[in-house]
Amino acid sequence: MSLFGILYQFSDSFTFLILAALGLAIIFGMMGIINLAQGEFIMVGAYATTIIINQGFPYPVGILGGALAAALLGFVMDRLIISHLYQRVLDSVVATWGISLVLSEGMLQLFGPSMQSVSMPLGSVSIDGSKYSVYKLLLTLLAIGVVILIYLLFTKTEFGRKARATMQSRDISESLGVNTKAVYSETFVIGSALAGLTGALYAPTMTITPTMGNNFMVQSFVTVMCGGANPILGSVLSGGVLGLVNSTLSVTISAFFGKIGLLIITIIIIRVLPTGFTGLIEKTGARRRR
Amino acid sequence: MLKIEHINSGYGKTRIIHDVSLHIAPGEIVSVIGRNGVGKSTLMKTIIGLNGLDSGEILFDGKHVSKMKAHQRARLGMGYVAQGHGILSSLTVEDNIKMGMDINSKGMIQARFDQVYEYFPRLAERKTQIAGTMSGGEQAMLSIARVLVGQPKIILLDEPSEGVQPNIVHKIGEIVELICKEFDLTVLLVEQHMGLIQQVSQKSYVMDKGVLIAELTKEQLNDSNIIKQYLTV
Ligand SMILES: Nc1ncnc2c1ncn2[C@@H]1O[C@H](COP(=O)(O)OP(=O)(O)OP(=O)(O)O)[C@@H](O)[C@H]1O
Ligand SMILES: [Mg+2]
Repeated sequence: MSLFGILYQFSDSFTFLILAALGLAIIFGMMGIINLAQGEFIMVGAYATTIIINQGFPYPVGILGGALAAALLGFVMDRLIISHLYQRVLDSVVATWGISLVLSEGMLQLFGPSMQSVSMPLGSVSIDGSKYSVYKLLLTLLAIGVVILIYLLFTKTEFGRKARATMQSRDISESLGVNTKAVYSETFVIGSALAGLTGALYAPTMTITPTMGNNFMVQSFVTVMCGGANPILGSVLSGGVLGLVNSTLSVTISAFFGKIGLLIITIIIIRVLPTGFTGLIEKTGARRRR
Repeated sequence: MLKIEHINSGYGKTRIIHDVSLHIAPGEIVSVIGRNGVGKSTLMKTIIGLNGLDSGEILFDGKHVSKMKAHQRARLGMGYVAQGHGILSSLTVEDNIKMGMDINSKGMIQARFDQVYEYFPRLAERKTQIAGTMSGGEQAMLSIARVLVGQPKIILLDEPSEGVQPNIVHKIGEIVELICKEFDLTVLLVEQHMGLIQQVSQKSYVMDKGVLIAELTKEQLNDSNIIKQYLTV
């Protein structure tokens, strides 16, 4: 396989891991909520995108619609359920598990066991005699763009400052006039929109079924677990390392071993670095400062 | 300015504050003293709204605030500095100060901002430092600077002298007095440091086991026998 082929495989894995994990990481890191319905939010995004594109709208509109649909769903779920569970990790696991079941069952009732997916746009390019999907190459650029935007949102804006303050101490932020409940709601909607965007972007690449969220679950959770406390930096670092392992094994052995490899490397990483990659970075940073 | 009437509060079923009433007039600096664990911080948290009220009424500036969330009370002009200074340690010094500024969106802000840096030049030098890496004394200054830029009408100060060297404690006292005069600020101060209490407060309440048991005048505060009677374990 050519060097470009290897790079392509890596960026494909990396992109998938990052996009699968980012929404989950933000909701967990900022709000202390483990969203087991992350996969179903992705699924809802994929459905919305597919339906919109099948209505004859262009792909960008469909993708935006997918993100918006999941954002709207996130808004409603937050109002009804999540807002009562902020910072209650275990309760949030049970509640979001329930939400995930309702969502996938609801989609099954509404649209049946599967939906015809839209075709992958943009065709392919041929490099060194192998063909590569232009859409998937574009996906990597988009993922990097999304990460940068989210990074800027949380580090450079007033909302980001309030969100970081709230994440650190709800009481102090409240006493400084921050409506922390609103900050949590907005964060949940952003995380949901990111999940929807992921579903939207991958909609042309996979079969659209009510259980398609499961395809993202393992990857998103291992990425978040290895990432550690900082949602954005953590996702990028662990997306990089896990993507390398996953793509190497997928190419040299098979996609199945790629997945098994992810689980094994995750167990090792958690053993060696209980605070994840973010913890490691912070520790070495602190040492250098001293 | 602040009227507290027969409030009861605590954590869950454990009641800490029992039937506390106190009145603070505009421009007054009033302190609460008492042994460790008697409920001084709980009283402060109840007033700002971080701790639920079981019964009683809190009136601030003529408004009933008992049912309001903490951020709503803060926006009305109640400033609060938590015990241990309540610094957002992972944010920079400047971001901490900006957090304090968000409350007040009206003008004058830049002037206040510059003035605060003038009072605390140390903070101006360290704008970009991560606040958690600052020394205890610097964090105390930051917490006061941060609450001041929000232009509150009252400040609830919970042990600002904790972990601060004596001459800086004195300086904090001076700044509090100065600002009170200049901006008509009212202060409710919880302190262990008797020097600071004597320096700034016009009257003082003594708390024991969640009850206000005495009200001391400025003269009584300077009488070491009276203080000893209330504060020795
Ligand atoms: N979050 C909490 N949950 C349960 N009990 C608490 C909590 N915070 C404080 N307490 C208890 O309430 C009582 C009063 O505590 P508080 O912090 O108000 O005392 P304090 O007068 O401020 O003491 P200190 O001078 O040491 O700061 C103590 O017995 C304390 O253990
Ligand atoms: Mg206290």
